[in-house]
Amino acid sequence: MMDDGSELSPTVAHIVRRLRGSHLHSQIERRAKDCLHQPEIKLDSLKEDVRSFLKTSGWERQLQNAVYRELQLPPSHPAAPPEHLKEPLAYMRKAQASWEKRVLKSLNSMSTELGVPLARMRPAAEQKELANKWNEMGTDEPDLTSFRPVYAPKDFLEVLIGLRNPNHDGSEAVGVRSHWGLIQVPLNVRDIPQLRRAYSELSLTTGQLGIDDHAHIHPVIVEQDSAAAQQYSRQGCSTGLRADLWALILNSNNQPQDVMHYEQLTAGVIQHDLLVDNLIYKDVKLTASNDDYYFVFEDFLYQVLLCFSRDTAVLEHFKYNSATPPRSFIQGERMSRVIPFHGFSMYVAPLCFLYNEPSKLYSVFREMYIRYFFRLHSISSSPSGIVSLCLQFERLLQTHLPQLFYHLRQIGAQPLRIAFKWMVRAFSGYLSTDQLLLLWDRILGYDSLEVVAVLAAAVFAFRAENLMEVTSLGSAEAVLADLSTLKVMPLIQVFLFATAI
Amino acid sequence: MSGEDVQPVSCSIKPPVYLQMGDSETGAAPSGVCVVDVALPFGKPVNIQEITFKNYYTAYVTVRLLRKSPGQEGPAKWCTALRDLPLMDNPHTEAGSQDYCSVHRAQMQVEPDHVTSVRLILRQPSSAWLTFSLEEVNIFPHVEPNPEKEVSDWLSDLTLVDQHPDLEGLPDPQTVSSSIQQMWALTEVMQTNQTTASIGRYDVDGCYDINLLSLT
Repeated sequence: MMDDGSELSPTVAHIVRRLRGSHLHSQIERRAKDCLHQPEIKLDSLKEDVRSFLKTSGWERQLQNAVYRELQLPPSHPAAPPEHLKEPLAYMRKAQASWEKRVLKSLNSMSTELGVPLARMRPAAEQKELANKWNEMGTDEPDLTSFRPVYAPKDFLEVLIGLRNPNHDGSEAVGVRSHWGLIQVPLNVRDIPQLRRAYSELSLTTGQLGIDDHAHIHPVIVEQDSAAAQQYSRQGCSTGLRADLWALILNSNNQPQDVMHYEQLTAGVIQHDLLVDNLIYKDVKLTASNDDYYFVFEDFLYQVLLCFSRDTAVLEHFKYNSATPPRSFIQGERMSRVIPFHGFSMYVAPLCFLYNEPSKLYSVFREMYIRYFFRLHSISSSPSGIVSLCLQFERLLQTHLPQLFYHLRQIGAQPLRIAFKWMVRAFSGYLSTDQLLLLWDRILGYDSLEVVAVLAAAVFAFRAENLMEVTSLGSAEAVLADLSTLKVMPLIQVFLFATAI
Repeated sequence: MSGEDVQPVSCSIKPPVYLQMGDSETGAAPSGVCVVDVALPFGKPVNIQEITFKNYYTAYVTVRLLRKSPGQEGPAKWCTALRDLPLMDNPHTEAGSQDYCSVHRAQMQVEPDHVTSVRLILRQPSSAWLTFSLEEVNIFPHVEPNPEKEVSDWLSDLTLVDQHPDLEGLPDPQTVSSSIQQMWALTEVMQTNQTTASIGRYDVDGCYDINLLSLT
């Protein structure tokens, strides 16, 4: 059988390559060099002494955290080209590429229509003015009426509904395996028995924070252990510890170079004005500013999102995303950005409750985006990708609430059309904030967005009786319009562990 | 391991043969089994290190080898090197359907030496797919590692610079450096082997002056 040793060494070599030359690497090297002056380091046991020094001073733990982070990334075959690593299925790559082209075209035509360039250098007076009111950009009321969001979630849903595998035999339209939902791509999604095994920490007999608040707490923050923090987060984080725990799980420790990077980005915002900035303003005004929970953070949101749209380090994550970022040139300097859609600012808003220091807020948001949120608005076969989540939601509903699904389908209210907007935003803006943060605890704890699909199905299960009474899409939407009173964890627990199978 | 510098063997891959059930009169149905023959260069049997390929919706692959042992006059024999290796977690769903894979020598149940032909038997039991196959099939030969040869090659590549610098009354740098190295090694040894015992024999009546050594 396959020699495990030979399987392991390319992985080790790959991780070493990735970490070599990183800031952590140079820090550890410097500390190792410094420690040579210390008397307890002996020449003949040099290797062991330096190693134990690094262990006791906490640097080994930091290295472990970095390696743990690297292991989360997908393994690759030496013959596989880079786009295959991003997304193995050719038809999905194609669909994502044509979606991006459409979005870019829309942006470009907006630019031409309104006569606003994609990017321009700000004149000195404007730069000074912006620098002065950096902390209160919300007070500005620019004329944004002519700007429209580039796309809304429902446009994206239409693209996903149209996704087809050219090698898939769809001739069995009505049969035992027929799928009543809108997603027609045969991805592998987990059913309830598999979910029960994977999410065993959520079982009805296990205490959860937020419901059973006397749950035993482990002091993982003292140990600074990323993997342990992730495990702890599965049962929910206590409010006081959440900010530190999330930062630890995301390995976002706000080093001086992170602060510097953020400051460089703010300088970039002041110097150049991007068309996308107006879209960000508009989005914040339309969504977060109108929300009872988040309007106080309006200024923070501008600061974070304007910097994010200029951050070329976000490019790195596109190696693992099938998307290729749109590019524009400002006086020879290349900037690549994510184009925000309607509701994008809601990814940042809940984080404002946890972090009040802009550079920390920024680095946590960026890490969350790179690991999770980008999968919610790009086409990929990843189990955490929006396509898989949609399919999983529909499958769970069809398998466990077939009468409800059939009824909704008959009245022209396909369940996904209602649930999609929740899932694309990971429920941000639909749940009350404390409940939302409990949900996001599990996203981090299980390193997967699957709980979002499970919650969507659980919400339908919860309101099933009312939904069976409705006779139109509009009234179905009305039944599911207000989720702000829902308690997330009991819903998920009951759906996963109390559903009869 | 198929390193970057190992070239695949040039082989000819025959078109895949899809086995059909039933006959052409009653209507042949696809059986979900396909055979791909890979012929290696005639008269040059290969010791296989690794077979790599790109999957296209194949669920399981069986590898059979036609081996001819050298020296033996008998005909070459077919044997199964690997049976039903799963390429897709679930034959009905996408996972693994377009992945790049390797079958390594160590995974095979027989020694893949003196191979003249390779037969890949593909299976895809699910009716969800219109077709299935393997692409970009490459066979990498086993290369004996020869470390000594490699090192000497490397050494001979070095151009020895044998210049004698112009010394004017200065000692030969080679001898100076070797004696310094000896002294340094001695100090290292001394540092690690320090004792508190006094060096008694050089102490004459409490005095350390070597000129006053007693000769008794």
